[in-house]
Amino acid sequence: MLLIRCPYCEMDRPELEFRYGGEAHVARPVNPMAESDESWAEFLYMRTNPKGLHAERWRHTSGCGRFFNAIRHTVTDRFVVTYKAGEPRPEVKP
Amino acid sequence: MTSFRTAQGGRIDRARTLRFTFDGQSYTGHPGDTLASALIANGVHLMGRSFKYHRPRGPIAAGAEEPNALVGVGRGGRYTPNLRATQVELYDGLVAESQNRWPSLAMDVGEVNDLVPAGVFASGFYYKTFMNPPSAWKDLYEPIIRRAAGLGKAPEQPDPDHYSHRYAFCDVLVVGAGAAGLSAALAAGRAGARVILADEQPDLGGSLLSDASATIDGLPAAEWAAKAAAELAGLANVTVLTRTQCFGAYAQNFFGLAQRLTDHMPVPDPKAARERLWKVRTREVVLATGAIERPLVFPENDRPGVMLASAARTYLNRFGAKPGARAVIFTACDSGYGAAVDLARGGVEIAAIVDMRSEANGPGIDAARAANLPVRTGAVVTGVKGRLRATGVEVGTIASNGLVNPAGQLSCDLVLMAGGWTPSVHLYSQMRGKVRFDAERQIYVPGDRASNEHSVGACGGSFGLADALAQGVAAGTAAAKACGKGATETAVPGVAGEILPRGGYQGAVPHHRDVRKVKAFVDFQNDVTAKDIKLAVREGFRSIEHVKRYTTTGMATDQGKTSNMNGLAIAAETMGKAIPEVGLTTFRPPYTPVTFGTFAGHSRGDLFDPIRRTPSHAWAQARGAAFEDVGMWKRAWYFPKPGETMHAAVERECKAVRASVGLFDASTLGKIEVVGPDAAEFMNRLYTNPWTKLEPGRCRYGLMLNEAGFVMDDGVIGRLAPDRFHVTTTTGGAPRVLAHMEDYLQTEFPELKVWLTSTTEQWAVIAVQGPKAREVIAPLVEGIDLSPAAMPHMSVRLGTICGVPTRLFRVSFTGELGFEINVPAEHGPAVWEAVWKAGEAHGMVPYGTETMHVLRAEKGYIIVGQETDGTVTPNDLGLDWAIGKAKPDFVGKRSLARPDMAKPDRKQLVGLMTSDAGVVLEEGAQITAEAAPVQGRPALGHVTSAYASPTLGRSIAMALVSGGRARIGETLYVPMPSGAIAVTVTEPIFFDKAGSRLDV
Amino acid sequence: MSDAALPAAGMLGGCTVRKADPAARFVLRGTAEVAAGASFGVALPSRLNRAEASDPRAALKLGPDEWLLIAADAAGDIPTAALQAQMEAALAALPHSLVDVSHRQMALLVEGPGAALTLNAAVPLDLSVEAFPVGMATRTIFEKAEIVLWRQGAEAFRIEVWRSFAPYVQALLAAVQAENEAAA
Repeated sequence: MLLIRCPYCEMDRPELEFRYGGEAHVARPVNPMAESDESWAEFLYMRTNPKGLHAERWRHTSGCGRFFNAIRHTVTDRFVVTYKAGEPRPEVKP
Repeated sequence: MTSFRTAQGGRIDRARTLRFTFDGQSYTGHPGDTLASALIANGVHLMGRSFKYHRPRGPIAAGAEEPNALVGVGRGGRYTPNLRATQVELYDGLVAESQNRWPSLAMDVGEVNDLVPAGVFASGFYYKTFMNPPSAWKDLYEPIIRRAAGLGKAPEQPDPDHYSHRYAFCDVLVVGAGAAGLSAALAAGRAGARVILADEQPDLGGSLLSDASATIDGLPAAEWAAKAAAELAGLANVTVLTRTQCFGAYAQNFFGLAQRLTDHMPVPDPKAARERLWKVRTREVVLATGAIERPLVFPENDRPGVMLASAARTYLNRFGAKPGARAVIFTACDSGYGAAVDLARGGVEIAAIVDMRSEANGPGIDAARAANLPVRTGAVVTGVKGRLRATGVEVGTIASNGLVNPAGQLSCDLVLMAGGWTPSVHLYSQMRGKVRFDAERQIYVPGDRASNEHSVGACGGSFGLADALAQGVAAGTAAAKACGKGATETAVPGVAGEILPRGGYQGAVPHHRDVRKVKAFVDFQNDVTAKDIKLAVREGFRSIEHVKRYTTTGMATDQGKTSNMNGLAIAAETMGKAIPEVGLTTFRPPYTPVTFGTFAGHSRGDLFDPIRRTPSHAWAQARGAAFEDVGMWKRAWYFPKPGETMHAAVERECKAVRASVGLFDASTLGKIEVVGPDAAEFMNRLYTNPWTKLEPGRCRYGLMLNEAGFVMDDGVIGRLAPDRFHVTTTTGGAPRVLAHMEDYLQTEFPELKVWLTSTTEQWAVIAVQGPKAREVIAPLVEGIDLSPAAMPHMSVRLGTICGVPTRLFRVSFTGELGFEINVPAEHGPAVWEAVWKAGEAHGMVPYGTETMHVLRAEKGYIIVGQETDGTVTPNDLGLDWAIGKAKPDFVGKRSLARPDMAKPDRKQLVGLMTSDAGVVLEEGAQITAEAAPVQGRPALGHVTSAYASPTLGRSIAMALVSGGRARIGETLYVPMPSGAIAVTVTEPIFFDKAGSRLDV
Repeated sequence: MSDAALPAAGMLGGCTVRKADPAARFVLRGTAEVAAGASFGVALPSRLNRAEASDPRAALKLGPDEWLLIAADAAGDIPTAALQAQMEAALAALPHSLVDVSHRQMALLVEGPGAALTLNAAVPLDLSVEAFPVGMATRTIFEKAEIVLWRQGAEAFRIEVWRSFAPYVQALLAAVQAENEAAA
């Protein structure tokens, strides 16, 4: 079971308290009706799925309840850094 | 029967005698014995049959690494298969049986497998032998193989024991309580660190308990261990876990430990858990898991009576059980001499020490010579005589050209193997440590430190006692220091009298015999021979992981504890490569098997999942309700009268609701209170419907889509105030809907000033449905004008009922006049009872979810999750009216404009009428255009709901059908095994299409 | 030898589990300003995962903008509506959400030297006083249920749990207590 640092609680908490929320920094278009079918499909369905560092959303569901973002390495499963929702993706080395 | 019990010595309590049976035969042993040691003391070595060839087998080890002596222990539901007899602690009345044999251990029919022509059971025989015809696999080959090749049988009764879990946290976890582990735990414990020390044995000490020669700080090794154990027991910051196997290492210093609590007791306290799973998170870990002695791979090395030299030493020194009367020690390592000296001192005649090495010197051989033990150097054992027990060996000498010449036979009943030591790097490897190959000793040892890990003693590649103690002290001190603890320093204990285990051998031992006719075992548990591995390589397998799977070496419960290095060496030699070029297979957890009970813990029976009950559950139960599970909830399903069938009960309940009034528990509906100045705007964005103009006191049916445009939930939503909505969700959808709302609120619309609070369990919801509903509740309600003009359909009022505050909704999921009385949950039972009393005069009936389903289907009301499956749009359901078309945006709106969402052949909700009114369709049944479905042509859709409708006096069904609305009036078919059922497509509403019954 | 270093017999399973008295409860959501002006009778904590208590009132900060307010006034005299009105009046000028959840959940008190050990059968958090000090309160997991766990004293915990999950939590605690007593 992983330990995940909640950037709001500022604590390492057990994975059981969290839910995964998919890739981070996929912003919902401000005016969806202005999007083309292609760009909307891109927003809905296309994700990067990298081997390596991945920015993703997590929610401290059974904790403070907040969504936040994490950079996790998809090969080692290690959380490199977690940060609050709305903050820019930090530069981190693999 | 000759006793092989020594006259004295060992850690057994000779004052007490324990009785036990093995395969029905009675024996005796003493407290402190294992099943294996007690059998050996009774002269019994034959304890099992091998996996594939059904060869007779005895124990080769004395601990967790034992591959052969797998037994079933206990009776009935407590029967546990596949236990290693070397780990089963003896207790009075123990019942054990051997496995994988028929009709008996000594006379096993399956042994014919051992006599079939060479090659049949060779590597990959599954793939080669049982390929044709393909149809024969399932019906013929697989059942035979499963019966013949197998381990123990699963118990057939429910397990009467219970099992516990515990999360634990520490600064320093020490795994293994041998010399290295004890000294590490002492150092870290004295320094003040929070320490957990775990060892799979009942006593601390590890190999010290079997050591008859070395002293530590002037004390015999076992005495030093006892002193250390006593000190640890007195340290409040140290938790000592005996009988506890650390079976796996997981991410971020998380470890799984299985503790056996009662298996050693004849009559366990029924309140006690049988086993406990410890889920340990530690900052630092000291791995002191020791090393496993390697067998030597020579012909017939699997005969009962052949065992590891260290095991023989343990049986003799620790258990006072002589493993034989006359021994041949076959060694490539100095530890063979130590065993020989101990056995000779213990009264076992030493026929010969056969050392593969041409030049043997050092303290080991000196000690043997001093004891006048016969030593042959440059020699090998080339075969073992005897079948159910070794009766002698063939010996050969290694010539200067490497070939082996026969050199006669020796009679013996015990053959010891001392092939050197393999560090147990399993946990290190699972921690993603990268092992390093020590070319000089030809073994893998831990490389760079894994995360906060310290491998000490034999598992770190240091086989000497002094080294183990020194490394343990250093690691314990360093680990404590890393946790900020360093109060007390620990001195390294001094050691005298040990024989260092120099030397070792990997791979197949050379011999002079016909390789086609002999079997030299590498993996005893999986019956893999040296020949099998060579064959796999010859057949083209190069990756060691593939060789492992093709030959099955190192697989299953054993995970290659005794076989890994020998298998690897043989594969490397056959490939003409060095061992590190071949690689190493993964050490999978668990290190030893862990029972299902341990993993399940408390999660079984009534505690398998929370069972959620509503405030009126007890009332329904007292009325004889049948319940159904909806998520974790128990919901009243129907209320049968004595002798009444479900069908009859539901028909009666349906008719009563339509004719007079019914009482229904709707408490499980999810409820979310949406509050804040931006509440209406938030609702506009999360639901398809418009909310801005909904007046306080009014309700609206809300439809929620996901961003892809598909229906995810629905429910009636009441506006209590301009800034407050009472949202209801489906029973199963409550957590999902709240999470979905929170997601958008926190991450997409954080500027909105609105907050969400689950109130599902704040309210008991009592639904009163039927033409008499108003009459029933009117006398109980205060402060609310219930008249149709003052409180129309789809409205909500605050007031009082039976003296308690209520949110009273006028809503209907039946098509009848209806109210849903929300009261604070604690008041639920009393208000329910009062409503029931008030309703009796009106012929009110309680009804359950089944009647609810029928009534709503008659009205064509959908149930999310029944009429929908995640691919259904509002238009598919005919719910376009619920979409606020003027709204610029809502979740899912853009997706509804995608071209695929408007295709005319989308599956649309329709009604189905069977031509035979008595036939009720099967939910999930496929629908086709032809009575005889055409192969390769997709079905048009499927039945989503189907009931016998008491109101209509016939069956009804709802279905999703491709282009369904355009097919209304058409005849379609529902093909069933008994023949196709003709149906007519209709609108999906069967009763009171005008809705006149609602407006009363 | 087993469990030798754990607390001695009697101490090990030594905890009691009982239902707390009924209480009024509210979930208050909003900014720090809302918290400051709540007029609940006890100062609302500003630090996440901490509780402030002044009998019979307590405030637990469970999320950055979320407080659980507990008013355990004398039984039969629980001023739910009056408290709500009082707080709504005090907060009228500030955007916020105040929701009555008095009946949504109930509380279990786990007390005694074995309290942490018993809870750790199902709670995945380190409950040593260093890691989970007195005054800490947080939502977490209890095996398959979600709870709020508040450490009221070195050996005293309060569990707030949704009412339909309470029997599960109670039954599991009872099972663990029995096991721990048998082991001791």
